[in-house]
Amino acid sequence: MSTTTDMKPADTKKSGGFTGAAANYIDERTSVSTAVKELGRKIFPDHWSFLLGEVALYSFVIILLSGSFLTFFFQASMAEVHYDGSYVPLKGVEMSVAMASSLDISFDVRGGLLMRQVHHWAALLFVASIGLHMLRIYFTGAFRKPRELNWVIGFVLFILAMAEGFTGYSLPDDLLSGNGLRIIDGMVKGIPVVGTWISFLLFGGEFPGTDIVGRLYSLHILLLPAIIVALIALHLLFVVVHKHTQYPGAGRTNSNVVGYPVLPVYAAKAGGFFFIVFGVVMLMASFFTINPIWNYGPYDPSPVSAGTQPDWYIGFADGALRLIPPGLEWVIFGHTYSFNILIPLVGLGLFIGVVLLYPFLEAWVTGDKREHHVLDRPRNAPTRTAIGAAGVTFYAGLWAAASSDIIATHFKLTMEGVIHTLQAVVILGPFIAYFITKRVCLALMKKDREIVLHGYESGRIVRLPGGEYIEVHQPVDEYERWKLVSYADYKPLEVSPNAQGKVSPLQRVRAGLSRWFFEDRIAPVGTKELEESHGDHH
Amino acid sequence: MASDETSGKDLTAADSSSVEHVTAAAGTAVVARDAVANPGFPPHRPRITDLDPRAEKRAERTVYTLFYLSIVGSIFAIAAYMIFPIVPEDPGSVRLNNLFIGVGLALALLALGIGAVHWGKALMHDEEGIDERHPVRGTDETRARAVEIFQEANTESGFGRRTLIRNSLIGALVVFPLPAVVLFRGLAPQDQDPVALLKQTLWRKGTRLALDPSGSPIKASDVTLGSSFAVIPEGLTELEHGKLEEKAKSAVILVRMKPQDLIQSPERADWSYDGIVAYSKICTHVGCPVGLYEQQTHHLLCPCHQSQFDVADHAKVIFGPAKRPLPQLPITVDAEGYLIAQSDFLEPVGPSFWERQ
Repeated sequence: MSTTTDMKPADTKKSGGFTGAAANYIDERTSVSTAVKELGRKIFPDHWSFLLGEVALYSFVIILLSGSFLTFFFQASMAEVHYDGSYVPLKGVEMSVAMASSLDISFDVRGGLLMRQVHHWAALLFVASIGLHMLRIYFTGAFRKPRELNWVIGFVLFILAMAEGFTGYSLPDDLLSGNGLRIIDGMVKGIPVVGTWISFLLFGGEFPGTDIVGRLYSLHILLLPAIIVALIALHLLFVVVHKHTQYPGAGRTNSNVVGYPVLPVYAAKAGGFFFIVFGVVMLMASFFTINPIWNYGPYDPSPVSAGTQPDWYIGFADGALRLIPPGLEWVIFGHTYSFNILIPLVGLGLFIGVVLLYPFLEAWVTGDKREHHVLDRPRNAPTRTAIGAAGVTFYAGLWAAASSDIIATHFKLTMEGVIHTLQAVVILGPFIAYFITKRVCLALMKKDREIVLHGYESGRIVRLPGGEYIEVHQPVDEYERWKLVSYADYKPLEVSPNAQGKVSPLQRVRAGLSRWFFEDRIAPVGTKELEESHGDHH
Repeated sequence: MASDETSGKDLTAADSSSVEHVTAAAGTAVVARDAVANPGFPPHRPRITDLDPRAEKRAERTVYTLFYLSIVGSIFAIAAYMIFPIVPEDPGSVRLNNLFIGVGLALALLALGIGAVHWGKALMHDEEGIDERHPVRGTDETRARAVEIFQEANTESGFGRRTLIRNSLIGALVVFPLPAVVLFRGLAPQDQDPVALLKQTLWRKGTRLALDPSGSPIKASDVTLGSSFAVIPEGLTELEHGKLEEKAKSAVILVRMKPQDLIQSPERADWSYDGIVAYSKICTHVGCPVGLYEQQTHHLLCPCHQSQFDVADHAKVIFGPAKRPLPQLPITVDAEGYLIAQSDFLEPVGPSFWERQ
């Protein structure tokens, strides 16, 4: 280093007044100017569906803020006390310290109930927005190279969010959450060989024991949030490395990204959006009660209220337990096999396994090794979209089943009828949804071709000299047209024998899958077709 | 277009499947020769605030008004904290406290957020910028250097050459977490066997049936026809430790029906008393309390997963995911007419487990 360059920062320092001096002070110690140079004008594309991930991020921040407040008042102990707080109906009732302190937060700490409700509503929103964000990623093909690993990270975050939800839900030690833990205990005991011992270790002895709330508390406020924070950081780091995807549009290509710079527009909009999300959650917490533990009372293994339901995101698992047909439990060689528990556990495991691995599956089928930064419109990937619709239907069937009793009582139906219908929905529904969605996508693609080649219906009816009436078709402009013609098109894989003249079984499977994916394809309109159709706008 | 050296015109010329992807295999993707060319960016359309100075002024006013409103909301929340205190034993005061602090905070947050977004959308420079993308992979030189570094590290350390050191290191790293796993054995008591515990409850020969939660014993004559009671063993409420653990196993539901309605197998003929039967209240599916008794049909319904049991017929499963009937508690009456247990349950209660048999 020469002395001249060493002197240079000192020179700039003089020019900027206090801000300049402060910036210089920090930069000389942190090199923050490098970060500003790299990130300050980074471009982020705009679309409402890109906000779903933001909602997830922001609700997590809200959860951290409100949760930190709650930790100052909550006591994760299962020691028995007689409640002596402000809520009269439960005065003198025996309950755990955890329950009593949750009631104190609700009834004796000013703003405590508000923070509890902010925390719970934000948690529900957190899982919901992650789910919707995942659907957006899936249906637009944003999981394709180079983003497959980020899909995996996001998937793990989804699972962790549900784990956070369940551990937090169980902390107040009220009747409803206690029954939830009871179900977990029952499911764990149904696992062959190790189930009994896992339950014993989890609860520190027999259910319910006096340890579980403290243990869930450690997970809920320490271990799980730490992992989530780390994974979110990694998730966002990848967004920066990959740069954000964008929807197809005129001027947008696979090698550019079009949108607003971080400073100032994106910072204003995204920063403002955080406060909007927070504000909406705050409104919900002010007006709508969530999880009224004072109505449920403390946990007791004997009483239960009708219409018990878990928080919404656990519904699909609870529904799976409900939909299992009777009688699936056998004693084989002196050991009990609870298939009424194992089938839901394994089934859901397979389902989420497919969700986790889908990007790799599709990449293998297409063999496409290129990077993809321009999103697919869902219709332009009919088979993928149809598979997604099938998955959503399967999930929705299980989810609805978690409310089977409520559905039966509200609509005056028989319990058996509701269960049998939902069993049919879960098994047949995905196939129906698949078929309909695929046909709808193909029809929409045909419609797009039609519009590109012959224009859109203008609504203007003209009478020709011969007396014939026609509707004038208006051609789309080139910018609109680009959205309709610029999509990735794949053709089915044709298997070719290798050097020994054989086709490997794996190749055969891949060709089969490829046929399944791309047999029904509608090619994008090319220039030649476009030329030929010119002047044909009616 | 606003940023970068690249203008919209240049991009028009650029092929959408661009430079960086030339080397990557397209798989089964169709690379069309006559694909329609990207028309480039559409012309920019100015906003009303760009054209009309009054609209711009109005937007400016809106934004700062919202920010001031946010301050009002925050101050209102602080004031509400003091004006609407929680009055002990007055649930209405909790509601007001919750509502007004919340409304104040919501106003503060929403006004701040909407103001910032409106500023961004209506007043800030609204021409989009462009960033160039580059392949995610490192350049060939970078990758070559990375390989070289690993090779240098390998040579300098002898990691590949000194296999004995390497393998023993891997071995040590694999084994070192094992003590941590063993330490977690302490999660459950060392001196208890879960299987033995799960197979016994508090019920003994002669234990009186008591009402839940009061714990007062029940006379057979007090059980009217068609009624059902939640029952616990007498003495459970006085337990110092493990009250809930015992209750989770020994909770019982007591039902009286007409003796002629009751189907009874010969070996259980004396397990009931004058149409009074007692069954475990813990569902054989995953352990929820089977709480809902329907008098007309003698059916018990589990509210968690809707397993239904027929109390008139050995509490057999008639619908739902449960497989086994609810275990029956053999009962009779003592000299004073109180209902008592003849013994403990003859099989484990609650959800199935591996070693149940």
